Amino acid sequence: MNSKLKIDQRECPGVQNSELNIQNSKLISPVLEISNIGKAYRNYGSELWRILSWFGLRFKPVHETWTLQNISFNIAPGEAIGVVGQNGAGKSTLLKIITGTLKPSTGSVTVHGKIAAILELGMGFHPDLTGRQNAYHSAGLMGYTSAQIDAVIDQIEAFAEVGEYFDQPVRTYSSGMQMRVAFATVTAYRPEILIVDEAMSVGDAYFQHKSFDRIRQFQSAGTTLLLVSHDRGAIQAICDRAILLEQGKVIRDGEPEEVMDFYNALIADKENSKIEQVTLDNGRVQTISGTGEAKVEDIGLYNDKGEKVEFVGVGDPVELRVKVKIYQDIPLLVLGYGIKDRLGQVMYGTNTWLMKQVLEDLKAGNLYNFIITFPINIGVGNYSIQTALHKHDTHLSVNYEWKDLALVFNVVNIDKTAFVGSTWHEPKIEVKLI
Amino acid sequence: MNQLKAIWAYRYFIISSIKTEFRSRFARSSLGGVWMVLHPLAQVAIYALVLSAVLAAKLPGIDNQYAYAIYLMAGTLGWSLFAEVFGRSLGVFVDNGNLLKKMAFPKIALPLIVTGSALVNNLLLFGAVLVVFGILGHMPTLMLLWLPVLIAVTLALALGLGLALGIINVFVRDIGQIVPIILQFWFWLTPVVYVSTMIPAKYHALLMLNPMSGIVMGYQNILVYNKAPDVSTLLYPATIAIVALSLALFMYFRANEEMADAL
Repeated sequence: MNSKLKIDQRECPGVQNSELNIQNSKLISPVLEISNIGKAYRNYGSELWRILSWFGLRFKPVHETWTLQNISFNIAPGEAIGVVGQNGAGKSTLLKIITGTLKPSTGSVTVHGKIAAILELGMGFHPDLTGRQNAYHSAGLMGYTSAQIDAVIDQIEAFAEVGEYFDQPVRTYSSGMQMRVAFATVTAYRPEILIVDEAMSVGDAYFQHKSFDRIRQFQSAGTTLLLVSHDRGAIQAICDRAILLEQGKVIRDGEPEEVMDFYNALIADKENSKIEQVTLDNGRVQTISGTGEAKVEDIGLYNDKGEKVEFVGVGDPVELRVKVKIYQDIPLLVLGYGIKDRLGQVMYGTNTWLMKQVLEDLKAGNLYNFIITFPINIGVGNYSIQTALHKHDTHLSVNYEWKDLALVFNVVNIDKTAFVGSTWHEPKIEVKLI
Repeated sequence: MNQLKAIWAYRYFIISSIKTEFRSRFARSSLGGVWMVLHPLAQVAIYALVLSAVLAAKLPGIDNQYAYAIYLMAGTLGWSLFAEVFGRSLGVFVDNGNLLKKMAFPKIALPLIVTGSALVNNLLLFGAVLVVFGILGHMPTLMLLWLPVLIAVTLALALGLGLALGIINVFVRDIGQIVPIILQFWFWLTPVVYVSTMIPAKYHALLMLNPMSGIVMGYQNILVYNKAPDVSTLLYPATIAIVALSLALFMYFRANEEMADAL
């Protein structure tokens, strides 16, 4: 039993309640239990056999296509989980099984509490009904009674902020307004599990902030969040755990940064490519992938005196030196690099394609030294550098080598006025009495 | 049991959907809800006018120059309820495929919404029929109290057949094409526009094989001849209705999980 009480020491800075959640996942019973689910689409050759199978006459399906297999994971209350994967990996099938629109062919899903899903905002809205009538109707579709909706309708109206339009037919709405009413309705009640699909990226910036605030409020009140997205930034900013699906199977389940690094390597050119994840001395997981025609042999950060450093001051000029060895003759080589913060968000990144410095006709055995100079115009904190060697403008077509966490360094404030934030500006403030 | 609970939990949605359907149908017309009454009234008035005044058809056993129109309206009232529920349940899952794939709610709510709105339509038609009857000087009697029984049997039969074929239609879409054709034949195999006694006696048993014959004749007994429906001819349709409805529910529970896969 002792092992059950052991607290996972995963490093999760930034998200305040994440440490608590990790403890919860060990101590509190899960809000969602998915055990060994699989989903097969069955083809009976003729549909007649399918119909007869309802009446107890069992026929073997001619063809079974498994879109999900052996999926198992538990989710604790308040956890925020990112579900990632390429198109066709089975993300939407998994979500549909969790929400209950599809039934799994094997295994079981146990949900404790109410699920709300923001999959397609404005589903089932009638253009000729008013916003208010549609709010009633779609809350009804979620299974609420008239009295329950009466209790929240004012709050829906206030949150949607569409003013007089709330009592106008929805066909007169802009798509953003329709989304506001739809979002306000879906989130009128705090669910135990909230599923958010990429749909969230629509709408104006103001409402996006407002919706994310509400989602965060739900989360701190104990709602579990399931976010499906291709957006690395969103997953790493919001989630404290990520699950990577590939061909219907969970291939990674863990720290968002580590999972997203692996995903990033996965979507690169797949031929002859291999992905390697190694745990570094500091406990972080480094992902290296690629076909290996060129490799980063050495990387270092140097100050203006030419000394190799691990700590640099805000605003200091630095040199990033990258030594690249060519293992096979290649026609083109692009070096890219990115500076990532402790949550894995890229602060800045570019490559030699964008800088119009693509190397051509490279011979095996040659060594190249790239010297990149820039001032450290970023805020105090711990950062890492990722490098990429590829043929074209991105690593997605031909990827020689992609290396996450190639270098780790710290930015400290030595001689600048104290400030907060992730970038360094040098402001001047002028005050005049008028 | 769980399904019954689910329907109860979704009662508000079912009622609100029926309202929504009528609301959106008349949303942008200035007369609005009045059209709900005008439509059936016009339909009935056309029968009354064209068939009685122009064709002046006489009907044995009833002393009214509008007898044939009255007869036709009574049969139409029963048949249209059946045809609407049957015809619309047939496509209800396919038409709402996107909704069924995206939202988790009891699927059976959809045919219930169809049944509810068809019933409202039919009651309005019934109201219109009564108005026209009044104008034509044909006063219905207390025998009208039998109507709920007939309506119940009609709904059970139509919902049973519609639900069963509607489920199959999800997997075999030809059903949705064939059934409307069958419904047209079926209409002529039912004594709505003709009187059952007009056809040769040897085919009479064949006519009564059609469960709708007994039901429509029941409507005619009540509304035209002011007498109670013949219970013996109602037992057969009622039995068929119960069988169809049980079969449909059985299929629904079996196919429920597979439907979203095929939509």
